[in-house]
Amino acid sequence: MIQAQHDGSKNPTPLDLRSDFPALQQTINGQPLVYLDSAASAHQPAVVIDTVAQYQSKDHANVHRGVHTLSHRATEAYEGARDKLQTFINAASRSEIVLTSGTTESINLVAQSFCRPRIGPDDKILITHLEHHSNIVPWQLLCEQTGAELLVAPMDELGQLDLNALRALLTDDVALLALGHVSNALGTVNPIKEIIGWAKVHDIAVLVDGAQGVPHMVIDVQDLGCDFYAFSGHKMFGPTGTGVLYGKESLLEAMPPWQGGGDMILEVRFDTTTYNDLPYKFEAGTPNIAGVVGLGAAVDYLTNIGIDRVARHENALLEYMTSKLAEIDGIRLIGTAEHKASVQSFMLDDIHPHDLGTILDHQGVAIRTGHHCAMPVMEFFGLPGTARASLALYNSHDDVDRLVDAVEKARQVFA
Amino acid sequence: MSNVADINADDLRDLYRELILDHAKKPRHFGKLQGATHSAQGINPLCGDKLHLYLQLDDDGKICDAKFEGSGCAISVASASLLTDSVIGLDKFEALIRFEDVTARLTGKPQTEDDKVDLGKLCALEGVRDYPARVKCATLAWHALRSAIDQRTSPARTE
Repeated sequence: MIQAQHDGSKNPTPLDLRSDFPALQQTINGQPLVYLDSAASAHQPAVVIDTVAQYQSKDHANVHRGVHTLSHRATEAYEGARDKLQTFINAASRSEIVLTSGTTESINLVAQSFCRPRIGPDDKILITHLEHHSNIVPWQLLCEQTGAELLVAPMDELGQLDLNALRALLTDDVALLALGHVSNALGTVNPIKEIIGWAKVHDIAVLVDGAQGVPHMVIDVQDLGCDFYAFSGHKMFGPTGTGVLYGKESLLEAMPPWQGGGDMILEVRFDTTTYNDLPYKFEAGTPNIAGVVGLGAAVDYLTNIGIDRVARHENALLEYMTSKLAEIDGIRLIGTAEHKASVQSFMLDDIHPHDLGTILDHQGVAIRTGHHCAMPVMEFFGLPGTARASLALYNSHDDVDRLVDAVEKARQVFA
Repeated sequence: MSNVADINADDLRDLYRELILDHAKKPRHFGKLQGATHSAQGINPLCGDKLHLYLQLDDDGKICDAKFEGSGCAISVASASLLTDSVIGLDKFEALIRFEDVTARLTGKPQTEDDKVDLGKLCALEGVRDYPARVKCATLAWHALRSAIDQRTSPARTE
């Protein structure tokens, strides 16, 4: 068993998981790959890849609709993943776990199915300046459709929400607050439990975009008290095209279906159709069965390691990365909030992030460069984009050292 | 640049040639062109690169001046700078032919020997052929050139 994991030590035993990930065993441009782009998409451990392959080669059939053996196996595997996800985020019921194609679909589902039928021109939707485009544009569409007003809570120069301003915006005419748990561009961790508490005073529904939260910290949706929590499989070491919308059962019950099709019905007649029970009411058509089965394996993988251990490992590594980057001449750290997870954005002198990204790639170091689907955040800092290094459980101090060396070399190229 | 010798320096130097770095750091013909007769915006939504190209054509359709402004990576700024150097003095039809020649060369489209023209300093941009993610940076200004000459109203894209 792991020793000294619960003593709050600042220097926990670092995790050493690189060998679990086949993609990380390769070289890029002659150098062992250092992958620091997990905030965009994380790699999958062999156990996920093998589980999907096993499912595809032996157990595949359509779910919920056959009496034959393979259909039963496929249904068991698919629904088993739902149970794992329920436990993973501590939802009260498996009916509250709607399987989607990802965070984006989950948010659009809430905008169109929860909000659209119940809001009008007198209502407001509140988001924040820190949001990813997928937590901005669905609300803009909704406001165009309904005449509701979109409000934006401001941020400060450290990349933190202005909590006083946010609180002042939480009034009785706000129908829903949608905010990210962790900023994908800056790594800021928002105090969402506290914010949800403020929203609840005014009976405001709260959706949390948890795409960058779930892979990095323990999530307990009941403890948070949110109404909806959206996240993606591929950022938590599962396959792309998978995701979850957690929603409180009473809310999901009252919502009309999001898409119509097979599997979301109990009975179809031309004069009337009866919808299926939760969560199937929101899962029209044949789902991404193989992907969800893989996501179930990813949940097992994370659970076996312990997400609290992952959080400690990453937090120590982020602290190391931030301090090492800060020592580089000409570096400017973007996003220096007090509470952060897994991400550090930066600029180097006046070198454009894309040039930096290319030079780092030459050295086998993969980072993300650009606006990170958070153009309002970039605009706030007056930047076209940033270089962003993002950590996951498989990264190490060596990875950070390679990053720092590579950035130093980029500086020399442009000197 | 011996300090990058251990990181495939030859490859990297092929992209970031001295001429490219020079034009990126000190872009020529940078700024707004008063009296421009033609102009176009170039936008690369993936990168956030944005530039505005201005041309002044005389009555015979000859480009007597060209300038650009905007922000972007070293490759896109250097390409725009080299473009302005290269098209001043051409008539608009010659400039369109140069657009075809340069974009064909940068995107690695096969060219017959007859097609291969001496692009002069523009050859410095050839290094991007090995960087699929960066080709659009190098061609952005050239797409803006075509849009400006054709007097297209929507911003030029590299797609």
